[in-house]
Amino acid sequence: MLKVRNLDVAYGSLSVLHHLSLHVKQGEIVTIIGANGAGKTTLLRTITGLLRPRSGSIRFREEEIGSLPTENIVSRGCSLVPEGRQVFAAMPVRENLLLGAYVQFKRGRREEVHRDLERIYGLFPVLKQREHQLAGTLSGGEQQMLAIGRALMAGPSLIMLDEPSMGLAPLIVKDIFAIVRQLGKEGGTVLLVEQNARSALRIADRGYVLENGRIVLEGAAENLLANREIQRAYLGKDVDAENK
Amino acid sequence: MYWQPDEERMDRKDLEQLQLERLESTLNRVYLNVPFYRKKFDAIGFNPDDLRSLDDLRKLPFTVKDDLRANYPYGLFAVPLREVVRVHASSGTTGMSTVVGYTKNDIKTWSDLVARILTAAGVTADDVIQISFNYGLFTGAFGLHYGAERVGASVIPMSAGNTKRQIKIMQDFKTTALVGTPSYAMLIADTMMEMGINRNSLSLKWGLFGAEPWSDAMRKELQEKLKITATDNYGLSEIMGPGVAGECLARNGLHIAEDHFLVEVVDPRTLQPVAPGEVGELVITTLTKEAFPMIRYRTRDLTRIIEEPCSCGRTMRRMVRVMGRTDDMLIIRGVNVFPQQIESVLFEIEGTEPHYQIVIDRKGALDDALVLVEASEKIFFDEMKKQTELIETIKKRMASELGISVEVKLVEKKSLERFEGKAKRVIDNRKL
Repeated sequence: MLKVRNLDVAYGSLSVLHHLSLHVKQGEIVTIIGANGAGKTTLLRTITGLLRPRSGSIRFREEEIGSLPTENIVSRGCSLVPEGRQVFAAMPVRENLLLGAYVQFKRGRREEVHRDLERIYGLFPVLKQREHQLAGTLSGGEQQMLAIGRALMAGPSLIMLDEPSMGLAPLIVKDIFAIVRQLGKEGGTVLLVEQNARSALRIADRGYVLENGRIVLEGAAENLLANREIQRAYLGKDVDAENK
Repeated sequence: MYWQPDEERMDRKDLEQLQLERLESTLNRVYLNVPFYRKKFDAIGFNPDDLRSLDDLRKLPFTVKDDLRANYPYGLFAVPLREVVRVHASSGTTGMSTVVGYTKNDIKTWSDLVARILTAAGVTADDVIQISFNYGLFTGAFGLHYGAERVGASVIPMSAGNTKRQIKIMQDFKTTALVGTPSYAMLIADTMMEMGINRNSLSLKWGLFGAEPWSDAMRKELQEKLKITATDNYGLSEIMGPGVAGECLARNGLHIAEDHFLVEVVDPRTLQPVAPGEVGELVITTLTKEAFPMIRYRTRDLTRIIEEPCSCGRTMRRMVRVMGRTDDMLIIRGVNVFPQQIESVLFEIEGTEPHYQIVIDRKGALDDALVLVEASEKIFFDEMKKQTELIETIKKRMASELGISVEVKLVEKKSLERFEGKAKRVIDNRKL
C-alpha cells in the first residue's frame, strides 16, 4: 500500500528525517511511536504532500507520490487526520463531514457519499445526535471523532492519524482507540502516529520506533511491547522497580 | 507446510523493502549502542545515514571471530545485561569460545525460525522429537528444543551420549524425529545394527541434522539405515544458532530466513562478492537481533546461493549445504582439500565404512597426506589381493576427486575414535 524509502526531510538547514524507510501493507495497522520532536508529524505531513522531501521516494499503491500536490494525494485515497483535529468550528457537524467527501463528489460518487455518511453516523452515533450543531461546540473527543469521520468521508484506502489521543480524557482515548481497531477489523489500512505508545501498540499489527528522525527499531507490535528498552523509554514502566 | 506462510512466501520486492528497513534500524542501533561498531564505522567515515540501498552494506567492514574474542565476554552486546535473558557460547570447534546473548524477543524470534525449519522438514505437533545435541552452552540443543516446543511437538531433551540408552528411549518413547549431528546419528545407526535392532521396530520418520558439514552420500546412508527422511539445517551461535537456514522436503538446498538475515557470498581471499551462484564464504548480517546484532560476520562456511525459486513455494532463497569451512580447508601441496570430499568418495566405495581420519605430515618440503579408512570386517578375512585392490580403488577415486594423490591405509572397524558431538577428522602434524 505505502512504501517509503530513504526519505530525507529538512526544515531549511535543519534535517528532521534521516533516510527513513517504512512500509504499510493492505489491511495493516502500523504505528509509529516516538518522543516529541522525533519527526512523527513531519513524516505524515511529508507523505500527504504538505512538506516536500529533500530526497527519497514515497510510493502509494505502486505510484510515486512524492512530488504530487496534496489534493491529488488525497484523491488517490490517502487521507490524514491532522494533529489537533482542525475541524471547521463555525460549520455544523454534517457540513464538516460533507466537506471531507469533496473528492468523492469530484469522482462523481454522489450516491456513495450519503451511504458513507450513514456509515460514519453508525460508527460515531454521537455525531448523528449533534448533526446540526456547530463543530466548535463539540467536546475534544467528539471533535476527534468528527476529524476521523471527515477523513473517512473521502473513502480513503489508507488513513493516517496524527496523535488522535492528544489532549483527551483517558476514557475518551479508549473510545478513540477502539474505533481505530474497528477500522482495522473492517479491513481498513491505518498508519497511526502516537505518543501514547502502549495503547497504540496494543491495537497495531506492527510498529516503528522513531528517535531523532531515525528508525531505531521495528517489528511486530507485541514484540515491541515486550521490549524492555521501549518499556522504559515509551511505556513509562519502571522495569527495574518491578523486579525488586 | 509452512510455519509462517506470509513471511516464508513473501514477495521478493516486499522482502527487499523489509530488509532495507531492518538494516537501517540495526545499523542505527549498533552505531548508538556498540562502541566496537561505532569506532569501526567512524574509522571509515561511514554514518548509518549514508545507507541508501542494501548494496551499501558492502562499504562496511567485516566482523570476524577474533573481534568476538577481543570483546569477550559482553563487549558486543547492544543492550544492557539486564535485558539479556539467555547467554550461550560458541561450541569452540576452533579455538577459544565466544559469548552471545539473547533478549526475550530474540528467544521468541529464534523459536519461530527453528519452528520454520522443523515444519519445513516435516515435523508437526504430532511428532515426538528426540534432541540428541549436547545441552549446554552450545546453541544446538536449546535452539531446537524451543523451536520444537513452539511447533507443539513432544520434546525429549535427551542430549548426546549414552548411545544404547538413546536407542532404548527411541524404542520406548516412540520417537518420530531425531535431531543431532549427522556423525552422531551415524553412530546411533551403527550401534543399532550391532545390537541387532531392526530399524522397523522404531517409529522414526524424520531426521534433522546439522552443526557440522556432511555429504549427500551420508544423507543417503542415514536415510537407509534409520528409515527416515533426513534434512540438513544450518546455523551458528554468533548469528543466532540453528534456524538460520534449513531444507524443505524437496531437499535441494537450505532456505535462508532472509527476513531476519542478510547474506552475502564473498571470495575468502579478495573479500569481494562472487558472481551470483558462485561458491564463496558466507557473510551474514542480522536484521532483527536485539541483544547481539552482527554486521557482516564472516562465517568461514563455504557455500553458494541458489537464485532459482524452489518447488515448495517458499520465496526465501536457498544455499547449498555447507561445503566446508575455510578453516577446515586443508592446503595439501598447494591444493585446497575439504574433508567432506574425502567422505563422499568413501561413501561411494563398497567395502569401506564412513569413518575416516586424515593425517597430514610434512616430509622435507613436501606435504604427505594419509587417509585412514575403516574397512568392513569381511575385507580383513579376504585375501591380501582384495585389500590391495580396495586401496588402489580408493586412491584412484581420491586422486580424481581431490586433484592430489594421498596414501590410504585400511584399519579395522571401530578402531577410529567416535564422536558424540562434532567430529574431528583431521590431524595436522605439520608445523607451518
